[in-house]
Amino acid sequence: MPPKRVHPLQFLSSTRLVVVAGKGGVGKTTVTAVLARAAFRAGMRVLAVDLDGKPTLADLLPDQPSESISAKAALAEYLETHGLHRVAKRLATSGVIDVVANAAPGIDDIVVLGKLKQLERSEDFDVILVDGPAAGHAITLLLAPASLQAAVRGGPIRTQAEEVADMLADHQRCQACLVTLPEATPIAEALETAAALRDRVGVRLGPMVVNAVDLGTKLDEQAGGGGSAMARAAVFTNARRAMHAAQARALDESWGGTHLTVPLVDGATLDAAEVDRLAAAIVGGR
Amino acid sequence: MSALADTLDRAEVLICCGSGGVGKTTTAAAIALQAAQHGRRAVVMTIDPARRLADALGVPGALGNDPVRLDAEGAGELWALMLDASTTFDGLVLKYAADDLQAERILANPFYRNVASTLSGTQEFMAAERLHALHHDPRFDLVVVDTPPSRNALDFLAAPSTLTRFLDHPLFKVLMLPARRGFRVLNLATQPILRSIGKAVGGEVLADAIAFFQAFQGMETGFRSRADEVNSLVRDAGVTRFVLVASPRADAVAEAAFFASRLSDYHVRVSALVVNRSTPSFGDPPDTVPRAAAGRASYDNLVRLNTMAGHERDNIRKALGRLADAATWVPLLAHDVHDMASLEAIRFHLFEATG
Repeated sequence: MPPKRVHPLQFLSSTRLVVVAGKGGVGKTTVTAVLARAAFRAGMRVLAVDLDGKPTLADLLPDQPSESISAKAALAEYLETHGLHRVAKRLATSGVIDVVANAAPGIDDIVVLGKLKQLERSEDFDVILVDGPAAGHAITLLLAPASLQAAVRGGPIRTQAEEVADMLADHQRCQACLVTLPEATPIAEALETAAALRDRVGVRLGPMVVNAVDLGTKLDEQAGGGGSAMARAAVFTNARRAMHAAQARALDESWGGTHLTVPLVDGATLDAAEVDRLAAAIVGGR
Repeated sequence: MSALADTLDRAEVLICCGSGGVGKTTTAAAIALQAAQHGRRAVVMTIDPARRLADALGVPGALGNDPVRLDAEGAGELWALMLDASTTFDGLVLKYAADDLQAERILANPFYRNVASTLSGTQEFMAAERLHALHHDPRFDLVVVDTPPSRNALDFLAAPSTLTRFLDHPLFKVLMLPARRGFRVLNLATQPILRSIGKAVGGEVLADAIAFFQAFQGMETGFRSRADEVNSLVRDAGVTRFVLVASPRADAVAEAAFFASRLSDYHVRVSALVVNRSTPSFGDPPDTVPRAAAGRASYDNLVRLNTMAGHERDNIRKALGRLADAATWVPLLAHDVHDMASLEAIRFHLFEATG
């Protein structure tokens, strides 16, 4: 069966909000930046959103719009607009905000999703890419509307949850995109996360992004004589490449959807120039 | 002796910390394996490990909340468990409740169920709590733990004091005023601040919250002193040592630097640094470049790997300074770590390989 690859721009034009998710260390931020860069290079109006409050994403995309949304700030803002403006600050610094955040399950998640929905509705952007939380928390985040609707019968939070649920259910408005590495454990975990997102959240899944793939061909393992530095390095690199290729095949067999490949970075550090180069590579090639 | 081996020798509690995805769980398991091989009775506590790691440890199915003894060679013992935060929290409630009725009222409360499973910091506090219990368990003389994969991986250190700060808060004290059942709930609901919170989150969830705090009454002293004990154990450098685990990959180095700066904010002294999944070195390329295309490609590959390894060393040195000098480097293996043999390979690189 031929690999079901998808052109990144085709995917990025098919929905307005993309939540990028995956286990820690798989390169979610890199992939978010590369996809946002690819859209930017194609002339799309794109916003990159980070939920961690770390400056990394903005640094990787210095000349295009990006924004940071923190759960704490979003919750404080929500409380302010709902009659708690005078105490919101004190609540935030005293730890009591945790009580509010946990009085209803996932209230901090819903205010973050509410902010994203607001951006999506604004129509200021063709596509919004969100550097989402690590896999386990991504499921909790996206499940928040459903669990809140079960727990809260009325009021502004319920309305918010209903509106966010509508957005998640509409694939023309929102899709999730999972990132993984071409190794057995990360792929197995990504497939589990995919199943959970599909069955429990009901959000449409975009392509599975396989990050840091070594795309080179097989090297001569006898170069310089067996046992030489060159030969041993070739054996190592061949083993890694064979593993990457085997894992890509295994993914195609068990994953019903499409996938995208982001090549391995050889550079010293991942910087804006490298992101731009990777964006050109994924749009131009495979 | 490497900084890591020395750290392991001195520690009764060893905490592997670092940002997500750097291999903390695998490193913790390999360290515990080393200790067990050298006669110690080691227990490794993992938090949400990949199922494959449970398989690697020789545990059919998944690990549970209670330690199980694993099949490891050597004079010592290797035990493992996977933290279940909400069961651990239930255990604390049962321990400090005055009677069965109080425990039941709390355990059945919807607000409590939510706090026990999702309160930011609950998992972290329960990890610290569990660590304390394991440290005092006579079956073990070493506890190795990886920090929870939270949005802020250092909530682990802050959790016990977050709890005490919360117990000291005026709002909490208001909620804890002696209750005359039912009557008090009505009274509280008329407090302006609670009225506003109720408007924002809905009345019934607020009522659950108030009921929880009232049921909790009398238990806060127990919880507070427990939190203090846990906090001092984690802070006792004579007992507890920290190992920072980092990845040298281009896109992960910034994370490591950010994490190290957070550690110093918490006044945590890192005793050893493990750099995982580094590009292995195979030696210098030959003086003459091969002419044939195939030989040339292999030559370029070696140069490329050496360049990457050089960048990784620079990256780690730049990001982590002094710590980098005594780092233990674990090379990227040709294959995924998912069985006891590859875990043993990691242990070998952590403690026996040179260079």
